[in-house]
Amino acid sequence: MTLLYHRPSGQTHILVEPAPQILDALSGAALTEAELLTTLGFDFEVTQAEAIGERLSELLAAGLVTAT
Amino acid sequence: MRHSTTIGCGPITFRIGSDWAAPIAAIDALYAPYPKPVSCIPHFTVRLEATAWWRRWVAPSIAISGDFWLPEAAPLPLSMGLLAAEMAMNLQVALGERRFLLLHAASVEKDGKALILTGESGSGKSTLAALLALKGWRFLGDEFALIEPATGMIHPFPRPTSLKNEAIAAVMTRLPEDRFGPLLKATPKGDLRHLVPPLESLVQMHEPALPALLLYPTYGAASTTRDVGKAENFVRLTQASTNYVALGEAGFGALTRFVDLVPAIAIDYPDSDTALRIVNRLWKAHG
Repeated sequence: MTLLYHRPSGQTHILVEPAPQILDALSGAALTEAELLTTLGFDFEVTQAEAIGERLSELLAAGLVTAT
Repeated sequence: MRHSTTIGCGPITFRIGSDWAAPIAAIDALYAPYPKPVSCIPHFTVRLEATAWWRRWVAPSIAISGDFWLPEAAPLPLSMGLLAAEMAMNLQVALGERRFLLLHAASVEKDGKALILTGESGSGKSTLAALLALKGWRFLGDEFALIEPATGMIHPFPRPTSLKNEAIAAVMTRLPEDRFGPLLKATPKGDLRHLVPPLESLVQMHEPALPALLLYPTYGAASTTRDVGKAENFVRLTQASTNYVALGEAGFGALTRFVDLVPAIAIDYPDSDTALRIVNRLWKAHG
């Protein structure tokens, strides 16, 4: 279980895999979805594209990730 | 207000004002064994007000008010003035306390370590805490467990325990009458009687304890125990806290540390004696 406190909103989020790994991968530079999939595969051994897509959508909806 | 008193319990001092003398007299009688507050500056103010000016005399009815209040709170008859004061104090703490993370829980201490009992009303946590206090544990509190964010320590808040319905008789067989407040019949929570904590708990009510074990008791089921995972524990405790959101990041830090360090176990028990045996066994393993 990963817990995250989002300072701008004051909300607490409970994250399940691969959401914490997605946030770690995006903590440096912005990535396209394809680059994200590649990074997650190499660095975190996370390869389920469908799960990644769903978690990424949730993170966007929660305001923890922004699209540029 | 016409009548008033000041009482201190652990780190919190209340000033209670009333339109009638009787509730103040009842509070002073119930809290007579408590050490007098060090400071006359209260943390919270409670006001027991007549719902209309003429209700001071005609079918007297108490509106619970103070620094914090709920508009939808139902008034209580003057005969339940003591209950009104206790509820009002709980309301001030629940809505206004910011120095400690609050958990809706009872707690007791042994050898400097705290056992916390949390759960919904009727789970038996108050009765269990009262019975453990009879077995040599130091009573820390009944309604709220106060967690200091900076240290994680549990600070005592040993207000009188609200025993309800069957629990009243269960505890009264084991203690003298002078440990109890008056019997309040047919309150919104049923029959209710307050139990004053042991004197040693009051003398030591400024000494915190390190949390060591969290239990989720459920009364009335066959005897079982189950480890509670951290994810479930965290979510349940955010629901058991009245000020987790208000404390912001400090509350997040305090609660995550608590969940990370303190084992949590759900226990089902059919009767008090079984519960006490389960608690002793689990405390030997985790305390």
